[in-house]
Parts: sequence; C-alpha cells; structure tokens
Amino acid sequence: MKISKEKKLLALGGIITGIVSVSLTILGNPTNMGFCIACFYRDIAGALSLHSAAIVQYVRPEIIGLIFGSFIISIVKKEFKPRGGSSPILRFIISFFVMIGALVFLGCPFRMILRLAGGDLNALVALFGFIGGIVGGALLLNKGASLGRSYKQSNIEGSAISVIFLALLSILLFIPSLLKFSTSGPGSLHAPIIISLIGGLVVGSLAQRNRFCMAGGVRDQFLFRDSTLLTGSVFLFAAALVMNLITGNFNLGFSGQSVAHTDWLWNFLGMALVGYGSVILGGCPIRQTILAGEGNSDGAISIFGMMAGAAFAHSFGLASSSNGATVKGMVATVVGFVVITAISLITIYNKKREI
Amino acid sequence: MEVDARGLSCPQPIIETKKVVDKGAKSLSVLVDNIASKENVMRFAKAMKFDVVVNDTDYGWKLDLKEND
Repeated sequence: MKISKEKKLLALGGIITGIVSVSLTILGNPTNMGFCIACFYRDIAGALSLHSAAIVQYVRPEIIGLIFGSFIISIVKKEFKPRGGSSPILRFIISFFVMIGALVFLGCPFRMILRLAGGDLNALVALFGFIGGIVGGALLLNKGASLGRSYKQSNIEGSAISVIFLALLSILLFIPSLLKFSTSGPGSLHAPIIISLIGGLVVGSLAQRNRFCMAGGVRDQFLFRDSTLLTGSVFLFAAALVMNLITGNFNLGFSGQSVAHTDWLWNFLGMALVGYGSVILGGCPIRQTILAGEGNSDGAISIFGMMAGAAFAHSFGLASSSNGATVKGMVATVVGFVVITAISLITIYNKKREI
Repeated sequence: MEVDARGLSCPQPIIETKKVVDKGAKSLSVLVDNIASKENVMRFAKAMKFDVVVNDTDYGWKLDLKEND
C-alpha cells in the first residue's frame, strides 16, 4: 500500500510534537502537560488576574509560540487569510463551555492524548466521551446545524490576536510585575520561558502545515474510513508513550495520576462536552489557536471564550481538582450540553424556515 | 450540482459534499475558500473514488468532482 505524502507529514509532525511535549514535561512542565491548550489558557487567565486560583497562574509561552508559529508560517506559505464573522458571540459561548468541559476533565484533547501516553487510564474513559461528543455534534451538523459563513476580513483584524499575544510576551519578559505567578501547584511548574516558546513555535508551525486535528481524525474515520488525519494523533501518542517509557514517566493506572481525578462519569462527560462543542466550532482548542494565528478571527474569539470560561470555572468553583468534579461543575457541564444543543437546533430551525 | 462551502467551518464542507454524493450525484462542483477545506474535500473525494480537478478562483478553489469508472 502506498502511503500518501500527507500521511507521512502528519506522522512526522506527530512524532516531533510528542517528543517536544514530553521534553517540556522533563524540563519543568506539570506531568503529562507538555501541552494542554485548555490548562494553558486557564493559567494565562490566572496570570492576568481574571480569576484568583493561586495555583494556576502563569503566562504559558507555549501558547504564544503556537499562535506565532501559525502566524509566521502561514504568512511565509501565503496561507494567511483574514476571515471571520461566523456567529462570533455564539462561538464565544460555545468555547466558554468547551473550556468548562475541559476543566471538569482536567485537560483538552491534546492533553488527553498525552495523559494516555503517560499511562493515565482516566484519559481512556475521556477518549470515549470525546468520540461520543464528536459523533453527537456531527449528527447535528448533518441535520443542518451551522454557525454560518465566515467572510473576508482586513489584515489588521486577522493579525490582531497575534499582536495581543506579542504584547503579552513583552509584558512577561519586561514587566512581569503586572502579572500573577503561582508559587505552588501546576502553575508554578514550567519549563524555562525560551524553551516553552520554541516548543510552541515548533508545534504551532507543524500544526499549521499539517492541519493537525484530533476531532477531524475521528470524523474522517467514521464518515468515510480515511485514517489520514488520525495518523497525526496516533503518532503523537506513540512518540509520547515511547518518550515516557524511556524517561520513566509512564505510570499505568487510574489513581495517583497527576492533575487528574478518577471520577469516571465526569471525565467522560467533561470530554464529551469538549468534543460536542469542538465539532460545532470546527476544531478543538489547539485547532482554534492555530486558526487564530492564520488570521481567522472566529478562532481568536474562541480563545477569548475559552479564557472567559476558565475565569468563570475558577471563580465559581466549576473546575475539578484531584478530588474529583464539583457539583457546580457537574451542573455547568449539563448546562453546556443544553446550551450547545439549543444553539444548534435553533440554527437548524432557522435554516429550514429560509428554504 | 454545486456545493457552495465557502466560509463554512470544518467539517461542514465535507458533510455538505457527502450529502450530495449520497444522493447519487456522479459529478459535482464544490466551492471552497480555505486550504483545510480544500484538502478535506479532496481527501473525501478520493475515498469515495471521485477524480478531482482543482481550479483556482479569486475566492479560493472550485473543485470539480467526477466519479471515476
């Protein structure tokens, strides 16, 4: 069987991403958190005092690197295309709940793969939830749910998010006193700034080039049995697994996992909510980040929605801890399902009325 | 048949194309305006055994899909 060039690039991208991820952990990031897009936006929200959970406050340079990596490479490859205007407020709301789901599970789809590669079986439960959420969201899209079209935007609209994160990097480097930094907990654990930034740049450029997408991989496999996109996630998992085994960071089991809980139902439902919302948005948190770098202001709105979700999650006690999910978090997860379903059904209804 | 998938976020271009293909269309055109959608639709077309001709346009691409024999 001939292996397509696309597949090879995804495999290589996955391997490099896996190696970078585990290296970041070895150099200081929390366990199985070389990358966690949701956790990192949560930490950034904390550093900016948008919430006051003292253990999760840090400006994660990985995020800045991801956005810049995508921004720079898309300009070089002439793929920087400012687009936006596809229901920005609805995207903000859905992203808000995607973040709630991620913080109930304690990780985005990216970290779910990394947790799995570290032997954390709670992430396996979450993977089933994620797939279930994707299937549910895809059914709604199949019925005609849509956030509507995006349209051409100006260059300044398309690059605004990159400029904002450049400003954030400058503040981190030159006036860190404006920010809050955790002195204990996950927020206090991080690789050196320059390493994190480079790690983000590498992974961001790769993800822009190979359209790395976890939800998309599952979708293609189910919809038309094509494994191209899934290759990226599989090789990311394999590379991270090998790295963890070599470095002795592999710890198989449910209990005793770092920044994780064993509340299986809420691991499942939290990640189901992430999958559900991500399909309607058109990509999980890392994909939204990469899209934002490419000039997609709908992706940029998603970032703000996620940061707002993280701020609420920690200010109102919705986020889980190693003790498990909170009752408020459970309620917020259910509300998330209701809100995203309602939005989708209303868009279906509106479309039918137009015809 | 023409599927206007311009500006639709992923995976709607594939879903809308699939709907038309599932109805039995042997040839169709899909309009896309971003590279990820273009690649996704082309991958879908290949998996469904359709030949794809890519035409560059001012908004992006017009993909002509034709079932191969």
